[in-house]
Amino acid sequence: MEASIATPPAAPTPPGKAPRQPTKDAVEGSATWRLSDRIGLAICWALGLLFCAIAVAIVIYLMIKGLTYLKPSMLVTPATAGFSQSQSGGFSDALLGTLIVAVMGISLALPVGIGVAVWLVEYGRPTALARVTESTIEAIAGIPSIVLALFGTVIFSSTTLGFLSRSSEGVVFGRSFFAASAMLSLVALPLIVASTREGLSAIPQHVREASYAIGKTKIATTRRILLPAARPQVATGAMLGLGRIIGDTAVIVVLLGATQNFAPVGSTFPFNYLRGAGTTLTNFVYEASPTGNLNQPEKAYAAAFVLLLLVLALNAAVDVVHRRARKAGTWSH
Amino acid sequence: LNEEYPSEYGPKWSDQRVERMLGALVCAVVGLLLAMIATVFVRAWPSFAHNGLSWFGAGGSVEEQLNQIYLSGLGGAEFVYTFHGWQLIWSTILITGGAVAIALFCSLFVSVFIVEFAPEWMRNVLQPVVRFLASVPSVIYGLLGVLILVPFIGNHLVTEPQKASVAGVISLSGYSLLAAVLILTVMIAPLMVSIFSDGLRAVRPGWLEGSLALGVNRWRTIWKIAVRTGRPAIVAGTVLAVARAIGEAVMLAMVSGSVAFAPNPADGLIFIYEPSRPLAPTIVKNIDSLGSPPANATLFAIAAVLLFSAALFSLTGWVARRAMRKYGATA
Repeated sequence: MEASIATPPAAPTPPGKAPRQPTKDAVEGSATWRLSDRIGLAICWALGLLFCAIAVAIVIYLMIKGLTYLKPSMLVTPATAGFSQSQSGGFSDALLGTLIVAVMGISLALPVGIGVAVWLVEYGRPTALARVTESTIEAIAGIPSIVLALFGTVIFSSTTLGFLSRSSEGVVFGRSFFAASAMLSLVALPLIVASTREGLSAIPQHVREASYAIGKTKIATTRRILLPAARPQVATGAMLGLGRIIGDTAVIVVLLGATQNFAPVGSTFPFNYLRGAGTTLTNFVYEASPTGNLNQPEKAYAAAFVLLLLVLALNAAVDVVHRRARKAGTWSH
Repeated sequence: LNEEYPSEYGPKWSDQRVERMLGALVCAVVGLLLAMIATVFVRAWPSFAHNGLSWFGAGGSVEEQLNQIYLSGLGGAEFVYTFHGWQLIWSTILITGGAVAIALFCSLFVSVFIVEFAPEWMRNVLQPVVRFLASVPSVIYGLLGVLILVPFIGNHLVTEPQKASVAGVISLSGYSLLAAVLILTVMIAPLMVSIFSDGLRAVRPGWLEGSLALGVNRWRTIWKIAVRTGRPAIVAGTVLAVARAIGEAVMLAMVSGSVAFAPNPADGLIFIYEPSRPLAPTIVKNIDSLGSPPANATLFAIAAVLLFSAALFSLTGWVARRAMRKYGATA
């Protein structure tokens, strides 16, 4: 009898939700588990380490290749026709193109996204329309970007929108920075809406009531109090959207690409470039890879490295915003 | 107050007016989506109308058919629409199915690990890693696939006798089902992990504590209670991943081999080394033939199939989540 209670079952203390950092002896180790469970835990560790290894491998490999092949001159010289990789210039047009598309895409998506999110959280009447809008945003998030791109060719090849791209003899080509940015803003839209909504609905009702009580209108409350309070979430959404815009290739290949240089149309300065076809880093990498038309893997590595740096910078920015928002604290109820 | 901020409180920005403006914006977004769906299906209609159900069937070479369709739209001759897309559809099914199956397995274990079993330092490493993997542009995955994985498969995994055995039909150069599935898995798994782990975190602690109090060990508790309660999140994540996988065009155009060919699992294990081309990359590869009306209709028909299957999966996911609502977890 004494023996049977000498080895009590390991007292499993609940891991606990609130303090996510249980002390060492509070958590049951895996020593008492059955073999099958321990194998499962081993698989967990193996897969977790595999994820880390893949990420580290991608970063280190691209860093080595990028630093080997990337020359500062590539960032400032446009691509030129040449037979070998040393003659064909750099990818300054692609880098500029990425920045143009990012700025134009996000400046279109941000106001629309915030507007939709504000309407959903603060107004949302009639309810049926609100439900339809929610499904619409979800649907847009699920639409493959290649389908968006094809739809873009229909819109921007129409003669009414012909002034946004190159046209000759009534045929509109429909490839321009305007076309690509407009369609890419749809790619970013769902992320901005979701993030802004989350931020707005996290603000407790009494904040709104306090504002109404001192005579502010609904829109003034939204503009002066709610949106500033939700700024970290809006910024997060914008940066996630920016990442998607920068990383998208299908829309660019269909609505912008076909060239590795700017192809200005007309003469009014900023608009001639925006109306013309162009390229971005993703398009450059695609074309410079062995399966593309240029087949210059060294340039592709260099451009991919620059692209990866942009993505890493965005990720880091999201982290900083998150940390700041957490430090600022949450609303007390 | 009115004197202080006249423009903000003036009739120009009255509440009713702003509400109407925002309402109009929302209606415009909804209208845009409806217009897009309508446009895609209207443009696709000639292709479906001419082929009927045989659009989805097998027969002949898709490359040949696409070429005929394209050429017929250039001259004054009658348009040709004959298209049998089975090779593309089968490739989509194989690649998406394979990647989602592997990613589902991996993501479940990794999200359980992140939520419950990883030590603090490991969790702090894994979460940024997952976010990073999700944000790497697909073209970078494609580039790494083309320059590393494809040559590795072609030079080391595929044996010479294997290459010789199919030499008359197709060449095994490394551009393969295997490469496509592996890279697609890495692309969609982070997406699944982030949604799964949100779902697992949302499980009521009381339920877990109840199980632990009965003497069930932590591993079993997580799998029997948390993973089961988190099923709506698992469905949601899987559906999103499937949609992403079906729509992935550029990366697959780079590594899948871009040959319209239907790898046959009945041939033995060699089929994973065979090249193919799913639906979405076919649009990218043939984008220059948009100017020819019948080719335009065919490409829009492919887009319509993509759109329809994405919608179908969303619907399935929604139904499944509704059915699981009784388990009390939200996703």
